[in-house]
Amino acid sequence: MRSHALLRDATLRPVVTASVTLGAAVGVFGISFGVGAVSAGATVLQACAMSLLVFTGASQFSAVSVIGAGGTTASALGGAMVLAARNGVYGLTMGRRIEGPVGRRLVAAQLTIDESTAMSVAQDDVAAQRAAFWITGLSVYVFWNIGTLLGALLGNAIDPMTFGLDAAFPAGFVFMVWPLLRTRRGRIAAALGSLICLALVPFTPVGVPILCSALAVLVGLPADDSWPDRRPAT
Amino acid sequence: MTWTLVVMLAAGAYACKAVGFFVLGRRALPPALERCLALIPAAVVSALVMKDTFSTGQDLVIDARVAGVAAATIAVWKRAPFVAVIVIAAGVTAGVRAFS
Repeated sequence: MRSHALLRDATLRPVVTASVTLGAAVGVFGISFGVGAVSAGATVLQACAMSLLVFTGASQFSAVSVIGAGGTTASALGGAMVLAARNGVYGLTMGRRIEGPVGRRLVAAQLTIDESTAMSVAQDDVAAQRAAFWITGLSVYVFWNIGTLLGALLGNAIDPMTFGLDAAFPAGFVFMVWPLLRTRRGRIAAALGSLICLALVPFTPVGVPILCSALAVLVGLPADDSWPDRRPAT
Repeated sequence: MTWTLVVMLAAGAYACKAVGFFVLGRRALPPALERCLALIPAAVVSALVMKDTFSTGQDLVIDARVAGVAAATIAVWKRAPFVAVIVIAAGVTAGVRAFS
């Protein structure tokens, strides 16, 4: 495969190091997902199947969070699919860059997530963009799944409430959302999404408030220049 | 957790990725739609923070989790690494729960 040649290329070494480091960091998220999934009633096998087949963290966390609170399969699926939709935009970006036989592109599509796309678009030339996509995607895939298995086994062995692990999910979500609050539009979408969710919790089935919170993205409709940021997004 | 959820989410999530990769090809999305899609995580993940901190089923509640998530938010603001954020959230929540 091409990636062997890519690994030997000295100019790509920083890309390889950064990509593998990022993958290892994501492994820790995988552990917290595994623990949370079994706490919410999933079996170890279901938790692992989700990470192997779904492979998009935010959607998996969302689905497990809704099921853990007593939501139905349909409502868990709704919120998780809204989050999965953004990968379509990443696919649009990566589909133009990743070439090769259909089989390889089918694998590439599964690896099209936040981390692989972000690492790829940060590179200057096409070779580095492709290398960053493949190495980040594959290392995140490996570490995410190892982490999930470890977390699921760990979650089966302890009582999550005693160890305060029910707070681990919202804490993880805070960590995920923080960088998205740098832009004014991001902050408004976050505030609106939060309000919609809290307002609907007492009146709608579990999971529906999460789905409806996506309506807050409509603040993205007006053109950029009508929403000046006080400081530039970095 | 049902296998139906696992299978349907797997199919749906892959379909989302593949639509961009194969179907839309080189076409660009309208800028307004791209801006809205880019805001999905900010809106939905914030909602998940609220749901997992302030609700149990359909009830709005204030319990030990609020203290844990508040401590975690301060840790995130102070740029603590992910592991530290999770340990702080779990530790504070477990502590408040044990002593209340």
